Amino acid sequence: MSNLGLYNYWIVITLMMIGFYTVMASHNLVKTLIGLNIFQTSVFMLYISFGKIANGTAPILSESHTLYANPLPHVLILTAIVVGVATTALGLALVVRIKDAFGAVDEETITLEEEKEE
Amino acid sequence: MLFSAFSLLSAGLFVALDAVDVAFTEAAVGAGISTILALATLALTGARQEAGTHHKVAPLIVVIITGSVLIYASIDIPPVGDSQAPSHLHVAPRYLNQSMKEVGIPNVVTSVLASYRGYDTLGEVTVILTAGIGVLALLGGRRRKKERTKSGDKEE
Repeated sequence: MSNLGLYNYWIVITLMMIGFYTVMASHNLVKTLIGLNIFQTSVFMLYISFGKIANGTAPILSESHTLYANPLPHVLILTAIVVGVATTALGLALVVRIKDAFGAVDEETITLEEEKEE
Repeated sequence: MLFSAFSLLSAGLFVALDAVDVAFTEAAVGAGISTILALATLALTGARQEAGTHHKVAPLIVVIITGSVLIYASIDIPPVGDSQAPSHLHVAPRYLNQSMKEVGIPNVVTSVLASYRGYDTLGEVTVILTAGIGVLALLGGRRRKKERTKSGDKEE
Protein backbone atom coordinates (compact mmCIF):
# COMPACT_ATOMS: atom_id res chain seq x y z
CA MET A 1 0.00 0.00 0.00
CA SER A 2 2.92 2.34 0.53
CA ASN A 3 3.78 2.50 -3.16
CA LEU A 4 0.44 3.81 -4.38
CA GLY A 5 2.10 7.03 -5.47
CA LEU A 6 -0.10 9.05 -7.74
CA TYR A 7 -2.16 6.13 -9.14
CA ASN A 8 -5.07 6.92 -6.84
CA TYR A 9 -5.26 10.46 -8.15
CA TRP A 10 -5.23 9.27 -11.75
CA ILE A 11 -8.03 6.79 -11.09
CA VAL A 12 -9.95 9.56 -9.35
CA ILE A 13 -9.43 11.84 -12.34
CA THR A 14 -10.57 9.11 -14.75
CA LEU A 15 -13.74 8.52 -12.74
CA MET A 16 -14.30 12.25 -12.45
CA MET A 17 -14.06 12.64 -16.21
CA ILE A 18 -16.45 9.69 -16.80
CA GLY A 19 -18.96 11.44 -14.55
CA PHE A 20 -18.34 14.80 -16.23
CA TYR A 21 -18.83 13.29 -19.68
CA THR A 22 -22.07 11.61 -18.59
CA VAL A 23 -23.39 14.91 -17.23
CA MET A 24 -22.62 16.75 -20.45
CA ALA A 25 -23.38 14.14 -23.09
CA SER A 26 -26.50 12.33 -21.89
CA HIS A 27 -29.92 13.78 -22.63
CA ASN A 28 -31.66 11.54 -20.14
CA LEU A 29 -32.02 13.45 -16.87
CA VAL A 30 -31.73 10.31 -14.71
CA LYS A 31 -28.45 9.47 -16.42
CA THR A 32 -27.22 13.02 -15.85
CA LEU A 33 -27.88 12.62 -12.13
CA ILE A 34 -26.06 9.28 -12.08
CA GLY A 35 -23.10 10.97 -13.81
CA LEU A 36 -23.20 13.65 -11.13
CA ASN A 37 -23.10 10.92 -8.50
CA ILE A 38 -20.07 9.27 -10.10
CA PHE A 39 -18.32 12.65 -10.13
CA GLN A 40 -19.24 13.09 -6.47
CA THR A 41 -17.86 9.68 -5.46
CA SER A 42 -14.60 10.46 -7.24
CA VAL A 43 -14.26 13.61 -5.13
CA PHE A 44 -14.87 11.50 -2.01
CA MET A 45 -12.10 9.14 -3.12
CA LEU A 46 -9.76 12.10 -3.68
CA TYR A 47 -10.28 13.36 -0.14
CA ILE A 48 -9.92 9.92 1.43
CA SER A 49 -6.68 9.47 -0.55
CA PHE A 50 -5.40 12.71 0.99
CA GLY A 51 -6.12 11.30 4.45
CA LYS A 52 -4.25 8.02 3.93
CA ILE A 53 -0.92 7.58 5.70
CA ALA A 54 1.28 4.65 4.72
CA ASN A 55 1.36 1.90 7.39
CA GLY A 56 -1.21 3.82 9.43
CA THR A 57 -4.50 2.41 10.68
CA ALA A 58 -8.05 3.69 10.92
CA PRO A 59 -8.25 6.68 13.29
CA ILE A 60 -9.60 4.73 16.28
CA LEU A 61 -7.25 5.25 19.19
CA SER A 62 -5.75 2.14 20.75
CA GLU A 63 -2.58 1.33 22.62
CA SER A 64 -1.19 -1.01 19.99
CA HIS A 65 -1.01 1.62 17.24
CA THR A 66 0.67 4.98 17.00
CA LEU A 67 0.18 5.97 13.36
CA TYR A 68 -3.33 6.84 12.23
CA ALA A 69 -4.92 8.10 9.04
CA ASN A 70 -5.93 11.76 9.05
CA PRO A 71 -9.44 11.89 10.55
CA LEU A 72 -10.40 15.29 9.18
CA PRO A 73 -11.05 14.27 5.53
CA HIS A 74 -13.11 11.34 6.81
CA VAL A 75 -15.35 13.69 8.76
CA LEU A 76 -15.75 16.05 5.82
CA ILE A 77 -16.62 13.20 3.47
CA LEU A 78 -19.08 11.64 5.91
CA THR A 79 -20.94 14.94 5.83
CA ALA A 80 -20.57 15.18 2.05
CA ILE A 81 -21.98 11.68 1.42
CA VAL A 82 -25.13 12.43 3.37
CA VAL A 83 -25.56 15.85 1.77
CA GLY A 84 -24.95 14.21 -1.61
CA VAL A 85 -27.80 11.78 -1.07
CA ALA A 86 -30.05 14.66 -0.04
CA THR A 87 -29.28 16.55 -3.26
CA THR A 88 -29.69 13.38 -5.34
CA ALA A 89 -33.09 12.80 -3.77
CA LEU A 90 -34.11 16.37 -4.57
CA GLY A 91 -32.84 16.04 -8.14
CA LEU A 92 -34.68 12.77 -8.69
CA ALA A 93 -37.86 14.30 -7.27
CA LEU A 94 -37.48 17.12 -9.79
CA VAL A 95 -37.09 14.52 -12.57
CA VAL A 96 -40.32 12.83 -11.48
CA ARG A 97 -42.10 16.20 -11.58
CA ILE A 98 -40.63 16.98 -15.00
CA LYS A 99 -41.89 13.62 -16.24
CA ASP A 100 -45.36 14.54 -14.97
CA ALA A 101 -45.32 17.98 -16.54
CA PHE A 102 -43.79 17.16 -19.92
CA GLY A 103 -44.25 13.40 -20.24
CA ALA A 104 -40.53 12.88 -20.84
CA VAL A 105 -37.17 12.78 -19.06
CA ASP A 106 -35.24 13.54 -22.23
CA GLU A 107 -33.80 17.05 -22.55
CA GLU A 108 -34.58 17.41 -26.23
CA THR A 109 -38.15 16.18 -25.95
CA ILE A 110 -38.66 18.62 -23.08
CA THR A 111 -37.31 21.50 -25.17
CA LEU A 112 -39.66 20.53 -28.02
CA GLU A 113 -42.60 20.42 -25.60
CA GLU A 114 -41.70 23.85 -24.27
CA GLU A 115 -41.55 25.31 -27.78
CA LYS A 116 -44.93 23.76 -28.57
CA GLU A 117 -46.44 25.39 -25.51
CA GLU A 118 -45.10 28.77 -26.49
CA MET B 1 -27.78 -2.16 -10.16
CA LEU B 2 -24.40 -1.31 -11.61
CA PHE B 3 -24.57 1.96 -9.70
CA SER B 4 -25.09 0.04 -6.47
CA ALA B 5 -22.13 -2.22 -7.23
CA PHE B 6 -20.02 0.88 -7.92
CA SER B 7 -20.98 2.31 -4.54
CA LEU B 8 -20.16 -0.93 -2.78
CA LEU B 9 -16.76 -1.13 -4.54
CA SER B 10 -15.94 2.42 -3.51
CA ALA B 11 -16.88 1.47 0.06
CA GLY B 12 -14.32 -1.33 -0.21
CA LEU B 13 -11.74 1.17 -1.42
CA PHE B 14 -12.45 3.39 1.60
CA VAL B 15 -11.76 0.44 3.91
CA ALA B 16 -8.45 -0.12 2.13
CA LEU B 17 -7.62 3.55 2.68
CA ASP B 18 -8.30 3.28 6.46
CA ALA B 19 -11.56 5.21 6.36
CA VAL B 20 -13.89 2.69 7.98
CA ASP B 21 -16.54 5.21 9.05
CA VAL B 22 -16.76 6.61 5.55
CA ALA B 23 -17.02 3.06 4.18
CA PHE B 24 -19.97 2.31 6.47
CA THR B 25 -21.78 5.42 5.37
CA GLU B 26 -21.05 4.86 1.70
CA ALA B 27 -22.23 1.24 1.87
CA ALA B 28 -25.43 2.15 3.70
CA VAL B 29 -26.29 5.46 2.11
CA GLY B 30 -24.62 5.26 -1.30
CA ALA B 31 -25.25 1.62 -2.13
CA GLY B 32 -28.57 1.45 -0.27
CA ILE B 33 -30.59 4.64 -0.28
CA SER B 34 -29.25 6.17 -3.51
CA THR B 35 -29.95 2.98 -5.44
CA ILE B 36 -33.48 2.71 -4.06
CA LEU B 37 -34.10 6.34 -5.02
CA ALA B 38 -32.70 5.84 -8.53
CA LEU B 39 -34.72 2.65 -9.07
CA ALA B 40 -37.87 4.32 -7.76
CA THR B 41 -37.38 7.21 -10.16
CA LEU B 42 -36.82 4.82 -13.04
CA ALA B 43 -40.00 2.97 -12.07
CA LEU B 44 -41.93 6.25 -12.09
CA THR B 45 -40.44 7.69 -15.27
CA GLY B 46 -39.98 4.57 -17.37
CA ALA B 47 -36.65 3.08 -18.32
CA ARG B 48 -36.93 3.62 -22.07
CA GLN B 49 -34.52 6.07 -23.56
CA GLU B 50 -34.91 7.84 -26.83
CA ALA B 51 -31.97 7.47 -29.15
CA GLY B 52 -29.92 10.59 -29.69
CA THR B 53 -26.46 10.46 -31.15
CA HIS B 54 -25.23 14.01 -31.64
CA HIS B 55 -23.47 16.33 -29.16
CA LYS B 56 -21.03 13.55 -28.26
CA VAL B 57 -17.78 14.93 -29.70
CA ALA B 58 -17.68 18.34 -28.03
CA PRO B 59 -18.12 16.94 -24.47
CA LEU B 60 -15.45 14.33 -25.22
CA ILE B 61 -12.97 17.06 -26.21
CA VAL B 62 -13.78 19.11 -23.10
CA VAL B 63 -13.39 16.01 -20.93
CA ILE B 64 -10.04 15.06 -22.46
CA ILE B 65 -8.66 18.60 -22.04
CA THR B 66 -9.90 18.87 -18.43
CA GLY B 67 -8.57 15.40 -17.64
CA SER B 68 -5.10 16.19 -19.00
CA VAL B 69 -4.94 19.45 -17.07
CA LEU B 70 -5.94 17.62 -13.88
CA ILE B 71 -3.36 14.89 -14.42
CA TYR B 72 -0.73 17.59 -15.00
CA ALA B 73 -1.83 19.21 -11.73
CA SER B 74 -1.74 15.87 -9.86
CA ILE B 75 2.02 15.66 -10.36
CA ASP B 76 2.41 18.38 -7.71
CA ILE B 77 0.28 16.59 -5.10
CA PRO B 78 2.22 14.67 -2.44
CA PRO B 79 1.95 10.90 -3.16
CA VAL B 80 -0.74 8.85 -1.41
CA GLY B 81 0.39 7.71 2.04
CA ASP B 82 3.03 10.39 2.51
CA SER B 83 3.02 11.11 6.26
CA GLN B 84 4.75 14.48 5.72
CA ALA B 85 2.08 15.87 3.40
CA PRO B 86 0.93 19.36 4.47
CA SER B 87 -2.60 18.14 5.18
CA HIS B 88 -1.32 15.89 7.99
CA LEU B 89 0.74 18.51 9.78
CA HIS B 90 -1.75 21.12 10.98
CA VAL B 91 -4.94 20.29 12.84
CA ALA B 92 -4.97 16.49 12.45
CA PRO B 93 -2.21 15.73 15.00
CA ARG B 94 -4.03 17.86 17.55
CA TYR B 95 -7.23 15.88 17.05
CA LEU B 96 -5.31 12.60 17.34
CA ASN B 97 -3.38 13.62 20.46
CA GLN B 98 -5.96 15.62 22.41
CA SER B 99 -9.36 14.19 21.54
CA MET B 100 -9.10 11.30 24.01
CA LYS B 101 -8.47 13.77 26.83
CA GLU B 102 -11.00 16.37 25.66
CA VAL B 103 -13.86 14.25 24.32
CA GLY B 104 -13.14 10.76 25.64
CA ILE B 105 -14.17 8.71 22.58
CA PRO B 106 -11.53 6.42 21.06
CA ASN B 107 -12.94 6.91 17.56
CA VAL B 108 -11.43 10.22 16.46
CA VAL B 109 -13.79 10.56 13.50
CA THR B 110 -16.77 10.50 15.84
CA SER B 111 -15.30 13.01 18.25
CA VAL B 112 -14.37 15.42 15.45
CA LEU B 113 -17.78 15.00 13.82
CA ALA B 114 -19.83 15.45 16.97
CA SER B 115 -17.67 17.78 19.02
CA TYR B 116 -14.99 19.80 17.22
CA ARG B 117 -17.01 20.26 14.05
CA GLY B 118 -20.46 19.93 15.57
CA TYR B 119 -21.69 22.96 13.64
CA ASP B 120 -20.91 21.16 10.37
CA THR B 121 -23.13 18.31 11.45
CA LEU B 122 -25.85 20.75 12.45
CA GLY B 123 -25.60 22.32 9.00
CA GLU B 124 -25.74 18.87 7.42
CA VAL B 125 -28.94 18.07 9.29
CA THR B 126 -30.37 21.39 8.10
CA VAL B 127 -29.53 20.46 4.50
CA ILE B 128 -31.23 17.07 4.88
CA LEU B 129 -34.30 18.71 6.43
CA THR B 130 -34.46 21.24 3.59
CA ALA B 131 -34.05 18.51 0.98
CA GLY B 132 -36.76 16.44 2.67
CA ILE B 133 -39.14 19.40 2.68
CA GLY B 134 -38.26 20.03 -0.96
CA VAL B 135 -38.95 16.43 -1.99
CA LEU B 136 -42.24 16.45 -0.09
CA ALA B 137 -43.24 19.76 -1.67
CA LEU B 138 -42.42 18.44 -5.15
CA LEU B 139 -43.99 14.99 -4.86
CA GLY B 140 -46.78 15.81 -2.38
CA GLY B 141 -48.41 18.11 -4.92
CA ARG B 142 -48.13 15.32 -7.47
CA ARG B 143 -50.20 12.94 -5.37
CA ARG B 144 -52.84 15.61 -4.78
CA LYS B 145 -53.06 16.29 -8.50
CA LYS B 146 -53.52 12.57 -9.19
CA GLU B 147 -56.26 12.33 -6.57
CA ARG B 148 -57.95 15.34 -8.09
CA THR B 149 -57.91 13.82 -11.58
CA LYS B 150 -59.18 10.54 -10.14
CA SER B 151 -62.10 12.24 -8.37
CA GLY B 152 -62.70 14.27 -11.51
CA ASP B 153 -63.00 11.04 -13.48
CA LYS B 154 -65.55 9.74 -11.02
CA GLU B 155 -67.63 12.89 -11.33
CA GLU B 156 -67.67 12.57 -15.06
